[in-house]
Amino acid sequence: MRLSETDSARLAGSPPAPSYLEDGTTLMSWLNTRDHKRVGVMFLVAVIVSFFLGGIFALSLRMKLLQPGPFLMDALGYNRLFTLHGVVMIFLFLIPAIPSAFGNFVLPLMIGARDVAFPRLNLASFYLYLAGAAIAIYGMVHGGADTGWTFYTPYSSTTPTQVLPILLGVFILGFSSIVTGLNFIVTVHTLRAPGLNWMKMPLFVWGIYATSIIQVLATPVLGITVLIVSVERFAGFGMFDPARGGDPVLFQHMFWFYSHPAVYIMVLPAMGVISETVCAFARKNPFGYKAIAMSSIGIAFVGFFTWGHHLFVAGQSTFDAGAFGILSMLVGIFTAIKIFNWVGTMYRGAIAFKTPFAYICGFLYFLVFGGMTGVALATTSLDIHWHDTYFVVAHFHFIMVGASVMAFLAALHYWFPKMFGKTYHEGWGLVAASLIILGFNATFVPQFLLGNYGMPRRYYQYPEHFQALNVASTAGSTLLGFGFVIILIYLAIALRWGQRSEQNPWGSKGFEWMTASPPPTHNFDEIPTITQMPHDYRTHEPPGVIRVT
Amino acid sequence: MSPEAGLPEGILAHHYSSLERQNEAMRLGMWLFLATEILLFAGLFTGYAVYRYQFPLAFAEGSRHLNITAGTLNTIVLITSSFTVALALHFARIDKPRAAAICIVLTLLFALGFLGIKAVEYIEHFQEHALPGKYYAFEEVNIAGAAMFYTMYFLMTGLHGLHVVAGMSVLSWLLWRTLQGRYSSLYSTGLEMGALYWHLVDLVWIFLYPLLYLI
Amino acid sequence: MNELLRRLLFLPDQASTFARDVDQLHFFVILTTFVMSTAVGMTAVFFFIRYRRRSETQTTPHIEPPAWMEALFVTVPLSFFLLWFFMGFSEFVRQQTPPSDSMDVYVMAKKWMWKFAYPDGPNAINVLRVPAGRNVRLLMTSRDVIHSFYVPEFRIKKDVLPGRYTDQWFNALEPGRYQILCAEYCGAGHSIMRGEVIVMKPQDYEDWLASAKRGLASRQDGAPTSIDFAPPIGNLIEQGKRIAAEQGCFKCHSTDGTRHIGPTWLDLYHRREKLNDGKLIDADEAYLTRSMMDPALEVVDGFQPVMPSFEGRVSGPEVAALVEYIKSLQSDAVRTGPSEGPAYAPVRNR
Repeated sequence: MRLSETDSARLAGSPPAPSYLEDGTTLMSWLNTRDHKRVGVMFLVAVIVSFFLGGIFALSLRMKLLQPGPFLMDALGYNRLFTLHGVVMIFLFLIPAIPSAFGNFVLPLMIGARDVAFPRLNLASFYLYLAGAAIAIYGMVHGGADTGWTFYTPYSSTTPTQVLPILLGVFILGFSSIVTGLNFIVTVHTLRAPGLNWMKMPLFVWGIYATSIIQVLATPVLGITVLIVSVERFAGFGMFDPARGGDPVLFQHMFWFYSHPAVYIMVLPAMGVISETVCAFARKNPFGYKAIAMSSIGIAFVGFFTWGHHLFVAGQSTFDAGAFGILSMLVGIFTAIKIFNWVGTMYRGAIAFKTPFAYICGFLYFLVFGGMTGVALATTSLDIHWHDTYFVVAHFHFIMVGASVMAFLAALHYWFPKMFGKTYHEGWGLVAASLIILGFNATFVPQFLLGNYGMPRRYYQYPEHFQALNVASTAGSTLLGFGFVIILIYLAIALRWGQRSEQNPWGSKGFEWMTASPPPTHNFDEIPTITQMPHDYRTHEPPGVIRVT
Repeated sequence: MSPEAGLPEGILAHHYSSLERQNEAMRLGMWLFLATEILLFAGLFTGYAVYRYQFPLAFAEGSRHLNITAGTLNTIVLITSSFTVALALHFARIDKPRAAAICIVLTLLFALGFLGIKAVEYIEHFQEHALPGKYYAFEEVNIAGAAMFYTMYFLMTGLHGLHVVAGMSVLSWLLWRTLQGRYSSLYSTGLEMGALYWHLVDLVWIFLYPLLYLI
Repeated sequence: MNELLRRLLFLPDQASTFARDVDQLHFFVILTTFVMSTAVGMTAVFFFIRYRRRSETQTTPHIEPPAWMEALFVTVPLSFFLLWFFMGFSEFVRQQTPPSDSMDVYVMAKKWMWKFAYPDGPNAINVLRVPAGRNVRLLMTSRDVIHSFYVPEFRIKKDVLPGRYTDQWFNALEPGRYQILCAEYCGAGHSIMRGEVIVMKPQDYEDWLASAKRGLASRQDGAPTSIDFAPPIGNLIEQGKRIAAEQGCFKCHSTDGTRHIGPTWLDLYHRREKLNDGKLIDADEAYLTRSMMDPALEVVDGFQPVMPSFEGRVSGPEVAALVEYIKSLQSDAVRTGPSEGPAYAPVRNR
């Protein structure tokens, strides 16, 4: 056992080590930190900024769609805006949101490590993120791209807009994602505390581990794909250009080989968050621990073989459509296992309805509905009508916003005291949660109906009979927007003026609460030895708690 | 006496319990990174497979017009360089840093030789206008899909060439650290990682060579 | 019931033979989804009320599900999903395999309009006229980027790709007018790339076709019309013959039945051909276009895969002309049309 000087001093009865927040307060101490917690906090700030940027784009789109004809902006402006909305939300928010922010912060704490395996790479990941974001934003300011976040060729290789910087930004962001994933896999393999074997790992760690596998194995394919499109744009190599014998559908295959698993990069960590929080707020051991853990790995694995369901109407063979359709159903099965087990966890628990729990409820409902509409979309014949309509838009927003963002908010509220040692206003928390859940339904349920009605996505103008539903959706989206602004305000107030929280305000038996809140720079005075499962609530006393007075 | 005793300062990071653990972490990290590199090339191999299937004649014809002598020579050069980098690691581990440094220099020279031969080939292609996509104007092969062969050829060898350059910078850095005496029988993982990367660069070429030059 | 659910779910009219079948499955899937998400939500609410926290130091028992329950968690959704999949897939196969008696219309998409050409008939921009109750097959290609042909009322959609042909068939039930939308993002005019299908009574359609042909004949005497979409003007077969000569097709293919480097074109249309992998295919329009674009893919047994791809070398309308030309090469001994029954059997007979 290696003890730092502060640890030894503390054991001798001296005052406790300063928290990671107090250990150096200059700007450089943050920008040049190796501490996974500080990197996590910097990522958190960055993704929240991106989220609001993407949200402003989304609201402007919805405002335009109040009118069927030209309104507020021209077609090119609209096309750029939805491209930016997609790129920002997916590459700058959803992919790094939970793994890079919360994963970085709590994963080492959960497995009893002092840091991630490669702290310097971890910081590099953050700077790669900033660089990628900067280049992408440069592209946005200098005209933006109008390809949609999917960059389908040959449109993306021929449009005169600024596709190149955005592609380059995405390429660099991909590296950031790979580095983070690689770091987590190695951390989980090599830095677990004594006694913490695989089948005792917290479920959030399982979720992040499965996510990391996808990040490491799928992202390089996106890298090479956007690289080829870039070469196509500035050198006319013609690999995806039908005029030169290239096959544009090959691009779609390569793109979705990454981008479908990428959906699981966005949702698996969310599932991990829910697995943790549902235990903490139901004060109950996870019902079917192995089933939840293994289904994460199952989703990560099967996710690699479902990309073809994006090409049901793109002229792929009927056999391929069938094969991809049936494989896609398997993802539904793994998700169903998780959902039943989460509900099962509440059985005979001791449930406290706190803000994060409100988001858990929202998450469960949205994931069931969003997930089952996903299965419906994998039902080949139904997809024909729904493909590229608002039904698909609503479906993936149910998963991406309904599941991932709800989980992000649950995590933010659940770990807020852990990260900053402050408490937020519970009443406002519940108000915002209900506004968001209500607004979310009002925004996206009409979009399901619009899809049924036959409105294709990415439509600047639309036939007039779609207007009523569009207005309903826009009304909902403003509610949603208000909800997020309220959260921003009360969390900012809590950071500045909030009451100091207890070391473990939820009475949670997740392993990350073993140390102080906020934790000291080295996380643990002494590396804990794990003797029990996480979230074992048969006794009241939290495990191995280090009391901080 | 723990194995960490006598290690130069700054090799064992604070958050590892032992050097063994740290080495394990570095190796796992490196292998994962190599996996990502393979998947990066996998995209191009997929493209190659698709277009070879679509234009079998053009690909056979294009392959016949490549300079097979240069390709074979390059294969030999790269395999030898893999050997010298392995030797470097060996010498570092038996505490002969000077021999190790010489081997790294040899590897770098082979890498330069590889790039030189590749450059000669590229110049030939430019003179023959055997260029990808819209620049294709090679008179000897004039069937549908020939341009696609050269697109794949340039994409694959180009990306591989970039990896050679990246590998060379890694090796140069390792050379510096070897001369500083950082690698010894106590610790050589850093050098091992660099060697692994160089082997990957070699391995990719082992696949490119038959696909582009032989079949 | 059908009508009620259709209106509740905002589904458009059911104007093709597919629509009703697709919608039935749609109702089944969506209702199950509603029931399931409500059931999960209600269970969670019930647990919350029943098991709410009573003290801050409350402890709970350790519960793990029995194996049979985990098995149930897998098998119940799996059986539903598989049921949907097989119901959906059989319908999907039906939608993907045009019946052999369909009438063909060539479709070309470009930024941002639809062009329709009838073999040996008129062409039209943005208006597709079809007779009711008849199987219509669209052979589609794009001039620039990817588009997607979508008629919500018919529940059909298919991407329209540059450099390649895709097909889509339908059978419209009633005369009426239905909007065509482009469903694949294609740039600034994407949302106004709309067309219209006009479904006519069969007799009206014949009348229209005849008058259009007359109009065409008179127009042909005058100045040439749009060169953008050349072949349908005048005789498509003549055009095809000229293109075949220009492209050098006759170097390998004969038109008099003699065996050359490639199979003869005489009686090629709807010939049952054995491929070199032993598969038996029917040389229909789709096969012929595929063979021009992707010759190595399906080579007739006994021939070498030496034909180059013409992808990008012949335009969509030219392919149409070539196919029509090949179709016209029939010796007297063989009757036109399929002789051994339909090559594509619909999966389910209606």
